Amino acid sequence: MSAGTAKLNVTVAEVKPINDLVTRFKFVRTGGGDLPTFSGGAHTVVEMQDGDITRLNAYSLMSNPADRGAYTISVRRDDQGRGGSRFMHSQVKEGMEMVISNPVNLFSLDLRAKKHLMLAGGIGITPFMAQMHQLSMMGGNFELHYSVRTASLGTYAKELAERYPGKVHIYHDDQKEAIDLKTLLANQPLGTHVYVCGPKGMINWVHSTAGEMGWPREAVHSEEFLAPASGKPFEVKCAVSNKIVQVGEHQSLLEALEAAGIDAPYLCRGGACGQCETNVIGYDGKFLHYDHWLTDEQKAGGKHIMPCVSRFEGKTLVLDR
Amino acid sequence: MSKTEFPPSITSRPVYGELEARSGSGHLMIADAEGAEAILDLAKSADKDFWAKAHIIYIPKKTGTKYSSQLEELGAGQYYAGPSYEAAQSRIRRALQDCHMGTQVYLSGTESLMGQAMAEATAAGIPHTAIQTEHRGSTARRMQCVHCKGITEDVTTDPFECSHCGLSLFVRDHYSRRLAAFQGVRVDAEDPGNIPEKVELFK
Repeated sequence: MSAGTAKLNVTVAEVKPINDLVTRFKFVRTGGGDLPTFSGGAHTVVEMQDGDITRLNAYSLMSNPADRGAYTISVRRDDQGRGGSRFMHSQVKEGMEMVISNPVNLFSLDLRAKKHLMLAGGIGITPFMAQMHQLSMMGGNFELHYSVRTASLGTYAKELAERYPGKVHIYHDDQKEAIDLKTLLANQPLGTHVYVCGPKGMINWVHSTAGEMGWPREAVHSEEFLAPASGKPFEVKCAVSNKIVQVGEHQSLLEALEAAGIDAPYLCRGGACGQCETNVIGYDGKFLHYDHWLTDEQKAGGKHIMPCVSRFEGKTLVLDR
Repeated sequence: MSKTEFPPSITSRPVYGELEARSGSGHLMIADAEGAEAILDLAKSADKDFWAKAHIIYIPKKTGTKYSSQLEELGAGQYYAGPSYEAAQSRIRRALQDCHMGTQVYLSGTESLMGQAMAEATAAGIPHTAIQTEHRGSTARRMQCVHCKGITEDVTTDPFECSHCGLSLFVRDHYSRRLAAFQGVRVDAEDPGNIPEKVELFK
């Protein structure tokens, strides 16, 4: 059960390929009416009925938060992934009815900031698109540095540069252009907050560089949704529901619990929000913690697991579910 | 007096740590009176190149020249000693205006100085949790009268008389980060005239 509570019944109003990898989807409320308001950086969890499998993937909302008529997301096709993005690209058509969650924001702007410095890599641009809409309506001070592989794969790069002249800086990997992070961070006025969304390496690079340069932790924000890692199948005993659940090779522990009819909480499904944290009653084996939520101490302690992304290898695992 | 221990209190009451040299593009250090000792202690472990990027703003108060020459000898890029917080305030504001993200702020000395400098630094955009503080010296308090809103500095007794409206005020641990002051509430509000004897709680 998502802590994002009620679901939204929506109809796909538009499916628009943006480039070789990215397709944009527009959702309107089925039967008409406004969608709930959201704030820049929010995501929605899209439910996909892929045969017998229900896939639940989180995607950042990229449309103007002030526009309650529709939500738009952009999905990058990942051919090596578990199938959610492939489903979106190949199965979702205009007019189709779908179920999505209410928006949840785990990557919101800190509105106390005097300036917002945004660093995007690839498809990580999407939450910033909603945030830039929001800030430009408020007269907020922002600057975007956006790293793309090539001009043709630079999703929305051209239109953003036109929409926000002077505020958007594009870097093309194939032309050996790169964000000069040290210089950029060294020259920011007091009260600047930096936000990064992109590949894991980029996020770590920004956190460590900012940390070394004396930036307060509270002024560095990031969002990375992890796709649940595949791994060896394992078995888990659920003490509360008195069930034994098999977790498949390409299935997350959370998905396995849901498939067994266990009402497990979740929100981001990507190891970031902490909602699905589950107590471990007993175990014999080793944990494969992949989340950003538990502290290193907790990960070593063997008392908690985040079922959305983390796995287990060993003889027995007993959970408080 | 060295590192101060305050009795446990409500969450509103600020707590202080110990200054440590951190990496940063600059170091803004603001201290009064015995607060100089915290900077001198930090100097024992700071790298030599730390001081070139440092700016010390010091208000000696009653300590006179006891610490000022030692502070000056640290070789900070900028060193200023002034007669009062009010006199130093425009310099503090200007220093904050000129610095960039990555600058570290170190505050030491009395609660009044740390609180007021903290308010300036947070207004300039530094999260309060990223500002280091260390209490040294007097525990006298900066108090706001909740009735007339006047500020009385260097309060050492409970109750005390508001220096603006004259009411006898009970010294609370309830603290305002915005005002950088503890709250003083009329002690005889329920029973006018029944004013307990003053006790010297702070030195």
